Amino acid sequence: MNADRQTVLEIKNLRKDFGELEVLKGVDATIKKGDVMVVIGPSGSGKSTFLRCVNRLEQPTGGQILFEDQDICSSNNDINKLRQKMGMVFQQFHLFNNLTVLENITLGPTKVRKLKPAEAQEQAMQLLDTVGLREKASIYPSQLSGGQKQRIAIVRALAMKPDVMLFDEPTSSLDPEMVGEVLSVMKDLAESGMTMLVVTHEMGFARHVATRVVFMDDGLIVEEGSPEEIFNHPKRLRTKDFLSKISTAF
Amino acid sequence: MKSIEIFSEYYKYFLRGTRATVVISLITVIFGSILGCILALMRLSKNKPANTFARMYIAVIRGTPLLVQLYIVFFQLDFISYPKMTLLGLDLERTLPCIIALSINSSAYVAELVRAGIQAVDIGQSEAARSIGMSEAQTMWNVVLPQAIKNILPAIGNEFITMIKETSVIQYLGVADLMYNNGIVITSTYNPLPSYYITATIYLLLNLVMGRGVTLFERRLQKNER
Repeated sequence: MNADRQTVLEIKNLRKDFGELEVLKGVDATIKKGDVMVVIGPSGSGKSTFLRCVNRLEQPTGGQILFEDQDICSSNNDINKLRQKMGMVFQQFHLFNNLTVLENITLGPTKVRKLKPAEAQEQAMQLLDTVGLREKASIYPSQLSGGQKQRIAIVRALAMKPDVMLFDEPTSSLDPEMVGEVLSVMKDLAESGMTMLVVTHEMGFARHVATRVVFMDDGLIVEEGSPEEIFNHPKRLRTKDFLSKISTAF
Repeated sequence: MKSIEIFSEYYKYFLRGTRATVVISLITVIFGSILGCILALMRLSKNKPANTFARMYIAVIRGTPLLVQLYIVFFQLDFISYPKMTLLGLDLERTLPCIIALSINSSAYVAELVRAGIQAVDIGQSEAARSIGMSEAQTMWNVVLPQAIKNILPAIGNEFITMIKETSVIQYLGVADLMYNNGIVITSTYNPLPSYYITATIYLLLNLVMGRGVTLFERRLQKNER
C-alpha cells in the first residue's frame, strides 16, 4: 500500500458516553484518500455512534477527530463548512419530505455552496443519470421505493462534492431485492476513488469492496486489517466468534 | 321574518361592524402567527433566557382571560400616543390596543401549536440537512418549518376561527366591531333576538369562509406530496 496518500480522517482516542452508558471507549483510526473502510460488528458495539461522531451529529465526549488536519470539535473551525465536505447517508434515507427529488439534491448546492439554481440543477440531473433515476426528478420522496430513496440520498450527498462519504447502515432498512441496487451504486463510487467509511452488515460488500475492514465490539476496535485478513485469518477470538455466528448466512 | 326586516333596515350597521371585525381579525391572525412562530423558536432554543421568557409568557397568557388582558393592555400601555384618527370607521386610539392584546393572546396559542409541529418532524430530517452543511437557521427555514406547518394546519385553522369569535370582546372598549353595532341596532329596535340571530349568522359565515380557505391551503400543500 502506498503510504504517502493524504490522510483524510484521523481519529484519536475517541470517546462517547450517554450519561452512564459508555458507547465508545477510545477508538483510533486513520483513513487515507481512496480508502474504503468498512466497519463491522454486533449491534450495540458503537459502530453507528462512531460514524455519527465523525461529522459531529453526536458530540464526542473525549478524544480528537481531525478531518483534513482540522479538529472538528474545535470552536475555531466552522462545523458547517467541514460537514460540506463529508457526505452522509442514513439508514432511514431522510430525504426531505417537503421537496421534490431534484430540490432535495439542489438544496445544499444552492443554499450552502451558493451555486446558481440552473447550475445546481444541471449537476443534479447528471448525478441522477449516474444512478439511473433521471425520470424521478420532479416527484416527491413518498412516491419512491426504498432503494430509489437511498440512491437519491447518495446523490444528494455527492452533490456537495464531498471528500469523504459516511454510510450508516445504508441497506439495513431496505427490502432484500433492493439491497443490490444500492450496493452497486456504492461499489461504483468506491471504484471511482471516493474515500468511504461504511458501517454495514453486508459482509459480501465488506469482503469485495473494502480496502480495510474494522471489527468493533463493545465500544472498541478489536481488529483491523484487509478483508482477506479479517475474514479468512482473524486473529482475535471475538472476531472469530462474530464471524462464525454470521457465516451461516452465506 | 323579523330578522330579515331588521337586517334590511339596519344592514349598514351590520356591514360596517362586519368589516371592522374582518379587518381586526385578519391583522390579529397575521401578527399572532408571526409572534407565535418567534415564541415557538424561543421556546425550543437552548438559550436559557429566551426559553424561560417564552415559557412564562405562554403560561401567563394562556392562564388569564382575554378580557382581563384586553383591559390590562389598554390601561398599561396608555403612555403610547396612538394616532388620533379613524380608519374604516375605527377609532385607532381604542382599536390599536385591542389589536395588540388580541395578537399577544393569539401568539401564545399559536406558539404551542408551532412547537408541537416542529417537534413532530422527524429528527432525521434536520440531521440530514445539517449533514450537508446547512446551518441551524437554514435547516429550520427550508426543511423543518414547511413540514411542521403542514402538520399543524388543521389546528391553526381552529385557532383562527377561535380568534375571529374572540374579537367580539373588544366591544367592551367601545370599538365598533360587529358585536358593538349589534348593540346599537338592539337599542333602537328594542328587539334583541333577531339581531343576535343576524350577528350569529354573520360570524358563522365568516368562519365557514375561513375554514374553507384553510382547507384549500391544506390541500395545496398535500398535492405537493402525493
